[in-house]
Amino acid sequence: MTSLLSKAFQNAKNENRPALLTYTVAGDNTKKKSIEILKSISNYADICELGFPHNTPIADGGQIQTSAYRAIKNGIKINDVFSIAKDFKKSKKNKPIILMGYYNMIFQYNENKFLDKCKKVKVDGLIVVDLPYPENKKFAAKCKKRGVNFIQLVSPTTTSIRLKKIIKDSHDMVYYISMLSTTGGKLKVSPKKILERYSKIKNQNKSKNVVIGFGITEKTIKSLKKADGLVVGSAICKEISDSINKRQNPVTNVTNIVKRLKNKIK
Amino acid sequence: MKLKKGVPLIDQHDRYGFWGGKFGGSFIPETLKKPVEDLTNEFKKLRKDKKFLKKRDFYFKNYIGTPTSFVKLDNLTNHLGGAQIWAKVVSEANGGAHKIYNATVHALICKAMGKKYIVGDTGAGYAGKMLSMAAKKFGLKCKIFMGAKDIKRQKPNCDAMRKNGAEIVPVYSGSQTLVDAVSECMRYWVSNCDNTHMCVGSTVGPNIFVKICGWSTAQISRELKVQLKSEFKKLPNKIKLINCVGGGSSAYGFWSEFIDYDRKKIELIGVEAGGPKKSKLHAAPLSQNAKIGILHGAASYLCQNSEGQINDTESISAGLDYPGVSPIHCFLKDTKRARYTYATDEDALKAHVMVTKYENLNPSLEPSHAFAEAIRIAPKLSKDTIIIVNSCGDAKKDRDILRERLGKK
Ligand SMILES: Cc1ncc(COP(=O)(O)O)c(C=O)c1O
Repeated sequence: MTSLLSKAFQNAKNENRPALLTYTVAGDNTKKKSIEILKSISNYADICELGFPHNTPIADGGQIQTSAYRAIKNGIKINDVFSIAKDFKKSKKNKPIILMGYYNMIFQYNENKFLDKCKKVKVDGLIVVDLPYPENKKFAAKCKKRGVNFIQLVSPTTTSIRLKKIIKDSHDMVYYISMLSTTGGKLKVSPKKILERYSKIKNQNKSKNVVIGFGITEKTIKSLKKADGLVVGSAICKEISDSINKRQNPVTNVTNIVKRLKNKIK
Repeated sequence: MKLKKGVPLIDQHDRYGFWGGKFGGSFIPETLKKPVEDLTNEFKKLRKDKKFLKKRDFYFKNYIGTPTSFVKLDNLTNHLGGAQIWAKVVSEANGGAHKIYNATVHALICKAMGKKYIVGDTGAGYAGKMLSMAAKKFGLKCKIFMGAKDIKRQKPNCDAMRKNGAEIVPVYSGSQTLVDAVSECMRYWVSNCDNTHMCVGSTVGPNIFVKICGWSTAQISRELKVQLKSEFKKLPNKIKLINCVGGGSSAYGFWSEFIDYDRKKIELIGVEAGGPKKSKLHAAPLSQNAKIGILHGAASYLCQNSEGQINDTESISAGLDYPGVSPIHCFLKDTKRARYTYATDEDALKAHVMVTKYENLNPSLEPSHAFAEAIRIAPKLSKDTIIIVNSCGDAKKDRDILRERLGKK
């Protein structure tokens, strides 16, 4: 059976464009608002990544940290994250949703319980920032068993031998980190160089959907549109922060930015 | 879970880097896999390289100034009237604390790997000060990440770092202490790992950093073993080695040569930061029975909530004010080889006052936690019991805190 994730990539391909993936933090800035934001942006985004916030995120820059701290301060718990995902899937059942976060939260919740819950609320994929290959093998297998896509990350520092192994062990989607950076960094590598490395990954196995993330904004998105998918996170989280600071409605503002992003890759 | 004899504890992990099957590991973002692997290979090579070892020993002797002295605290012993109390005065090492061992070794590794930039975290400011010293000595450019709260409370060490030409990057996130400094330092490394070497300031972090740090501080116990034998002819039959535990680098260094001995002969006692007496907050994951969790790339007992969010900690001692602890200490706890307890802020202050009153010794707030336990147990023990405290830091850096809390000049 084709996964919703693969279908989303196929749809985008049929329209001759990359899939647009958005990242927002569950509960940012409130539980209710984050569901509204998700539902609204999913009219333009092909795949929604939803972060479960951690208070010591070692791979995230300022924007996503701010969103995470805000959500935690507002009392968001893992079970709220699941209920946000569930609510979202109820009204957007064909829109894939990916949960993303740090391993300690899964570990404390209990791996099996966490994955059962993912399956139950119909989460399509999972990204665990600090559980790299090969340590993640068992976990990835558990995901597969439940029909949850485990999404492997690949970075500019990933060696060729390692890349082969990771791709072999990956499911439908692979996430290429564009540069040496935490999230929210400015794109410091040329799009040409990024796309060269992207092709190298893609050529390992054409059937894998490879997305590029980190440093993607309204300014840079167009230059990378050859990819299967593009992820925008910090730019969206920043929009939420700005909206709150300006006392404007984040739902409208975030929807507008996602709409603009989409227009740039059409 | 069992300890092996004849194998350094730092090497008793499985192929994924776990001690006892569950402590440690390398929970790192993909980007750091390669630099961590490179560092692992380099360290594996260097620690067998005779030239490198010679260089290490040269700098330990001529730069750090080993061996540090091992002295009996006669006045304190007489005052307490029980076990003999001795101190290994590691604060005599260049810079004033044990952090110089790890910093020197990291600077040498950085040089060997051909990198020109070195970054590190610091809480009490000693790890930062020592890294800035070593960087200066070996011609490396150095950046130190430090929580804004710690920058304020450990000013003398910050002055030293700046004097050595290091840049201090203040960290304003979270509780603005060591935990945030380590996070921010790791983030910096993620972004700059192609030309920058990272030093983790204690036996924490991804597996390789635990190993390098423990390998470096182990010098302390090598010296102590020699000193014990020359002082007592042979190892005494009842020894208690008391050490404060933040991340655990000083304690591991103090104990490593003695782990294979029976605990009835050589007892290992780790003292964590219990925080203010009236506060619920502390930095004592081992002795307060915290659950295992993952922080900064390793699994350890960890101050956290049921969701896995890292808890705020509180301690008068910036060096011990950290929610996690070394995986090797978790392993020593679970195998019951070491015993862990805590001292409160007030206990540590009282111990500092007593030690400075009776002895010509000025332990910083971190080892004052260890002295608090020594003072607590000594009166109940026999005169042939040898308590040795690692006085691993000098209180100059605590000037402002001591003045405020004790009205001292
Ligand atoms: C003097 C001193 N002792 C102890 C510590 C705690 O670290 P560790 O447990 O790694 O020795 C520090 C840390 O900054 C320190 O400066």
